[in-house]
Amino acid sequence: MASVVLSEAEKVYIVHGVQEDLRVDGRGCEDYRCAEVETDVVSNTSGSARVRLGHTDILVGVKAEMGTPKLEKPDEGYLEFFVDCSANATPEFEGRGGEELGSEIANTLNRVFSSESTVDLKSLCINPREHCWVLYVDVLLLECGGNLFDAISIAVKAALFNTRIPKVRVLEDEEGSKEIELSDDPYDCMRLSVDNVPCIVTLNKIGYRHVVDATLQEEACSLASLLISVTSKGTLTSMKKMGKGSLDPESIFEMMETGKRVGKSLHIALQKILDEEESLGTARQKVGFLG
Amino acid sequence: SVLLLSSMNLPGGELRRRSAEDELAMRDYLQEGDLISAEVQSVFSDGAVSLHTRSLKYGKLGQGVLVQVSPSLVKRQKTHFHDLPCGASVILGNNGFIWIYPTAEQKDEEAGGFTTNLEPVPLSDREVISRLRNCVVALVTEKLMLFDTSILYCYEASLPHQIKDILKPEVMEEIVLETRQRLLDVEG
Repeated sequence: MASVVLSEAEKVYIVHGVQEDLRVDGRGCEDYRCAEVETDVVSNTSGSARVRLGHTDILVGVKAEMGTPKLEKPDEGYLEFFVDCSANATPEFEGRGGEELGSEIANTLNRVFSSESTVDLKSLCINPREHCWVLYVDVLLLECGGNLFDAISIAVKAALFNTRIPKVRVLEDEEGSKEIELSDDPYDCMRLSVDNVPCIVTLNKIGYRHVVDATLQEEACSLASLLISVTSKGTLTSMKKMGKGSLDPESIFEMMETGKRVGKSLHIALQKILDEEESLGTARQKVGFLG
Repeated sequence: SVLLLSSMNLPGGELRRRSAEDELAMRDYLQEGDLISAEVQSVFSDGAVSLHTRSLKYGKLGQGVLVQVSPSLVKRQKTHFHDLPCGASVILGNNGFIWIYPTAEQKDEEAGGFTTNLEPVPLSDREVISRLRNCVVALVTEKLMLFDTSILYCYEASLPHQIKDILKPEVMEEIVLETRQRLLDVEG
């Protein structure tokens, strides 16, 4: 992960600030930075989204392709995550430096989405045991400004909301061979329901308290953090402890409660923005990367 | 850039030739990651700079907040150390490193600030520092030159808003517009 070097006095200042619920940029321990979310930024994908959370910049593209269902789940489609840590984000990612972080994030996303109820995979099935939709979710890290996991999960949810999968019909011949017919109308698509898609909330332990949405400097002062994924209803789908420090069970419980609370309000805010964008329809002016 | 041992003050302000023991003892004072304020003594032909901290006002920096901005936004002035009337001090480095810290109470500290004060900074000072930090970020985002007056005007314009709201794009625009207007009025 990208990191900054801080002096002892700076770290002490940050830790004392967190104790008093006044962080360096004036936020409280449970406040997020200003986030910008935009969907449909990449034209040749089935769905895409870009999220800017402070200095963290994430681009997610979703491509829907036809594939064969997995053997153990013959009547479901599936999601494949791939994370690319671009060398633009930080010099540490040059060459193969970003691979470790990339696979860690991809594994975390797989775990978060492994729960049955997150995405309706049965709707991705075309022909049981033969054809199904595979959603390839590609995450691109453009800039690392702290709190990667949260920003990535917000971008993935927005991209899945934006994904349009073409409607297909299965035609059966007299001989029994099946043909898949794509609808002629390019706007005839089905959308995924993202009501149960979880968002990741990272809680970093700094001193005796924990903060949400840590900047790079705050991450440098924190020895342990808890990653929880929360759905909009407040249910936890997965939990992961990161960092080399230790967490005692009481603080884990407190962090979980905070995470659930913060996660719920995050979902509400995100859904509001996505609905607003949706309502603007084709009249929406796309900002993209040149705004 | 290089900061030679001979360009630094010894603790206690002694004036003598630096020995090998001084070299080894330096690690107790400065470590990787520490922030210092220094002045450029000379620039070598290959572009490297030679620094020095031979004045009492330079040396290791204690508790505070660092903001990194583009060097072109820092106005070149006579002095870059400012004690702002709002209750904090700021160092505007020509390299774009802006250091905001609580104003030191007493002026009779040892040479170069060899001892770092790690006591908790009071909440009122923290609020001023956080507000100043957000104002600096706002000025930089709107590409306004950074100098003591612009930072001060921006601070005063931001007072009606909550500290964390200053970073919202709408509020940022409004505050910087007011600052710009005040600066123009002063000029004219």
